[in-house]
Amino acid sequence: MGAATETFYEVIRRQGITRRSFIKFCSLTATSLGLGSMGASQIAQALESKPRVPVIWMHGLECTCCSESFIRSAHPLVKDVVLSMISLDYDDTLMAAAGHQAEAILEETRKKHKGQYVLAVEGNPPLNEDGMFCIDGGRPFVEKLKEMAEDAMAVVAWGSCASWGCVQAAKPNPTQATPIDKVIRNKPVIKVPGCPPIAEVMTGVITYIITFGKLPELDRQGRPKMFYSQRIHDKCYRRPHFDAGQFVEQWDDDAARKGFCLYKMGCKGPTTYNACSTVRWNGGVSFPIQSGHGCIGCSEDGFWDKGSFYERLTTIQQFGIEANADKIGATVAGAVGVAIAAHAAVTTVRNLSRRKEVPDSNGGDKSNGKSA
Amino acid sequence: MTNVTTPNGFKLDNAGRRVVVDPVTRIEGHLRVEVNVDSNNVIRNAVSTGTMWRGIEVILKGRDPRDAWAFTQRICGVCTGTHALTSVRAVENALGIAIPENANTIRNIMQLALYVHDHLVHFYHLHALDWVDVVSALKADPKATSALAQSISPWPMSSPGYFKDLQLRLQKFVESGQLGPFKNGYWGHPAYKLPPEANLMAVAHYLEALDFQKEIVKIHAVYGGKNPHPNWLVGGVPCAINVDGAGAVGAVNMERLNLVSSIIDQSIAFIEQVYIPDLIAIAGFYKDWLYGGGLASKSVMSYGDIPEYANDYSDKSLQLPRGVILNGNLNEVLPVDLHAPDQIQEYVTHSWYKYPDEKRGLHPYDGITEPNFALGPNAKGTRTNIEAVDEAAKYSFLKAPRWKGNAVEVGPLARYIIGYAQGKPEFKEPTEKLLKALDVPVTALFSTLGRTAARGLECQWAVHKLRAAQDKLVATIKAGDSSTANVDKWQPSSWASQAKGAGFTEAPRGALAHWIKIKDGRIDNYQCVVPTTWNGSPRDPQGNIGAFEAALLDTPMADPNQPLEILRTLHSFDPCLACSTHVMSEDGQEMTRVTVR
Repeated sequence: MGAATETFYEVIRRQGITRRSFIKFCSLTATSLGLGSMGASQIAQALESKPRVPVIWMHGLECTCCSESFIRSAHPLVKDVVLSMISLDYDDTLMAAAGHQAEAILEETRKKHKGQYVLAVEGNPPLNEDGMFCIDGGRPFVEKLKEMAEDAMAVVAWGSCASWGCVQAAKPNPTQATPIDKVIRNKPVIKVPGCPPIAEVMTGVITYIITFGKLPELDRQGRPKMFYSQRIHDKCYRRPHFDAGQFVEQWDDDAARKGFCLYKMGCKGPTTYNACSTVRWNGGVSFPIQSGHGCIGCSEDGFWDKGSFYERLTTIQQFGIEANADKIGATVAGAVGVAIAAHAAVTTVRNLSRRKEVPDSNGGDKSNGKSA
Repeated sequence: MTNVTTPNGFKLDNAGRRVVVDPVTRIEGHLRVEVNVDSNNVIRNAVSTGTMWRGIEVILKGRDPRDAWAFTQRICGVCTGTHALTSVRAVENALGIAIPENANTIRNIMQLALYVHDHLVHFYHLHALDWVDVVSALKADPKATSALAQSISPWPMSSPGYFKDLQLRLQKFVESGQLGPFKNGYWGHPAYKLPPEANLMAVAHYLEALDFQKEIVKIHAVYGGKNPHPNWLVGGVPCAINVDGAGAVGAVNMERLNLVSSIIDQSIAFIEQVYIPDLIAIAGFYKDWLYGGGLASKSVMSYGDIPEYANDYSDKSLQLPRGVILNGNLNEVLPVDLHAPDQIQEYVTHSWYKYPDEKRGLHPYDGITEPNFALGPNAKGTRTNIEAVDEAAKYSFLKAPRWKGNAVEVGPLARYIIGYAQGKPEFKEPTEKLLKALDVPVTALFSTLGRTAARGLECQWAVHKLRAAQDKLVATIKAGDSSTANVDKWQPSSWASQAKGAGFTEAPRGALAHWIKIKDGRIDNYQCVVPTTWNGSPRDPQGNIGAFEAALLDTPMADPNQPLEILRTLHSFDPCLACSTHVMSEDGQEMTRVTVR
């Protein structure tokens, strides 16, 4: 309970962060905002005196699954995040205020907490129709997003919508839904992809910043390495069945009841970077493969346009090659992968960025006429 | 317009001061509402504007019908699963696929778990702050709060010390000056009626419900792998059952069944010892505030859901009631047919879409929609900075769906009114019991409060049906049937070259249906008509208004600058805008892809 009155600075000092690291964090933040050394001391002063970091959580085109996932967090409980760790001053889904009273919070935050608040974005801005496919307070969402990003200390892209575009950006992307890092160009965006991301990954990213007084280490695509540097397949508990060549051949067959590998049912675990097979979902209860359905690859860029969710991966050939550079030790496993992919491949290597026909489909071309 | 009466019997007058609420918060998606108030601050005109469009149905065209559940599930992450269920039912209807009994039971368990979760979260986290003054809770006497809590429920977390601790935490939070989600709320507004002790109890339960809701959805994780957005399957469910022998740990086994069973028991306790007593206690202080009825006393509709028997979607099998009531005639429940071209039609006269002939409505099988964003001549502001919309012209990204030309309300209250009219004891008896406990007449149901109460009763209904469905699953397995999927028509090569079908559910928010046309193994046309499109609908060519607009009329506002009464009534519908703003373009033209570099 005491945590509620500790300042951000006190909290991170208690976690063993040195004053020097803290000042460095403030300087880096000020630099990324173009605020200079004066800005750094202002930020430091604010964080030393302010109990909780203000968070502005905005919604663009989305389905609110990220917010729903966030409130599922088991550790920490979201109640404790909101009461004791951050100051969730704006979140359309949970906030008491509406209309003018809600809008006023955005203005006040920009003025009073310049460079000191975290902007968390769920969903993305559509650019067609002058941005008016997503209207917020009578104005295009994209404009409000840019304004709030301008003075933010850090920007977090929740989920695949904000990170990559997700479902509304799937072909033909009629609204021109656009990932936020394409419109927020002047500062790093922490991408936390997934449709939605795992609850404890979301609260993990937020508490990392508060606990260690710095932004998490990101990979080249902007994702926190701690959660997104391994494939589902790398740590899948059904992996031994893949290596042994034991596969589910059709739904609810004997192999499905025995929990064999779902690769032949279209599982995208081998090409999907996420923490599902380790952190798991809903307090560790399960994850898609454990409950019998293949991974649909929902944390990957453009996963909606990589063919049917039930189509077998054929790019798994790359698997053996990548294995050397990555985590997979056993060459045997790689060899099995190659053999299976060769067996499975109906066609040769496919361009995964394009939509394809199902191999068994008896029809000619009648997709959208653009792809395939 | 200054003063008109709509064909569905509502008086509209837009002469008075215009009040705008944008964004409407504590909902899913983006909604704007404008009202005109008279000199006594009573609402005399209401305009509901859906302010987002995502184009999911355009995107579905040309894809594998077996994938459609995953796309449509992403229409909404709050009512997660219900679109996916509707979608697999539509595909199965089109292709003539029968699912195993266990698949039907597990789908019912998924849908009922959603009801329990969604209604609970709606009550505490999206709606409660319309009735509960958080700041007033600081003035409560913890001992009196404890006495109040113990007088209405055996729920164990009710000691004076418990409420005192919570109050202390709340006090520190408020004194920090950082109010987080409670910042700029309408605290102290005269429309708040609860004494401080009831407010403190409700705040405690707001936080307890936040902790507890995550447990309910573990049921989705067991059968669907994750929540939000669990996995589904055309032809059944993806999880296999194996309670014996080798490999049982990789499937639904005894431990998994026990986990679900234990969560159901906890859920029954929470709903019956926290949600329902709170609902009755809070409603008791607001029974004079019976505004917000709108369409409820006139026209309501439900498709029905939770089929007792697999593949049987008749009225007899459906455990949630089905039918339409028109013009308040509770003596006649009309049958609803999703396939009949003259029943369900959508209009776009006042929607930001284009039809060749906008006087006519189109059945979803033949639905066309082309976005057409334009403000009317009397709109105020500019195209990208709207101060007021012009409701005489196009003003929303929602279409206007009508049943045989009638605007209808959908949702828990609609289902309870229909169940009541049909004389079904499991809907009628709890309703009468609640009305008696509150000492209000049956007409009190047709109100904002009635909508909120029906949702609570339905949550209680659902959690007991959940128990029954889980018991049925175990009984079926015990009888030797572990089948969960029918794969006879899994391969597209087994499908007819052309097929069409419709699937329906009752989403927590109301009647939901998808229509699909399949051609040569691909989606040729896909249409969704969703609950919030019915409820939040703009006007139709005849000038009939939808449920949101109707419900806001004649409500007095204490202070038009603080729109608490508007939020209260809108929230009673549990709006979901991402669901309601969808479109199918016949041409599905590819837009230029953005390359900002």
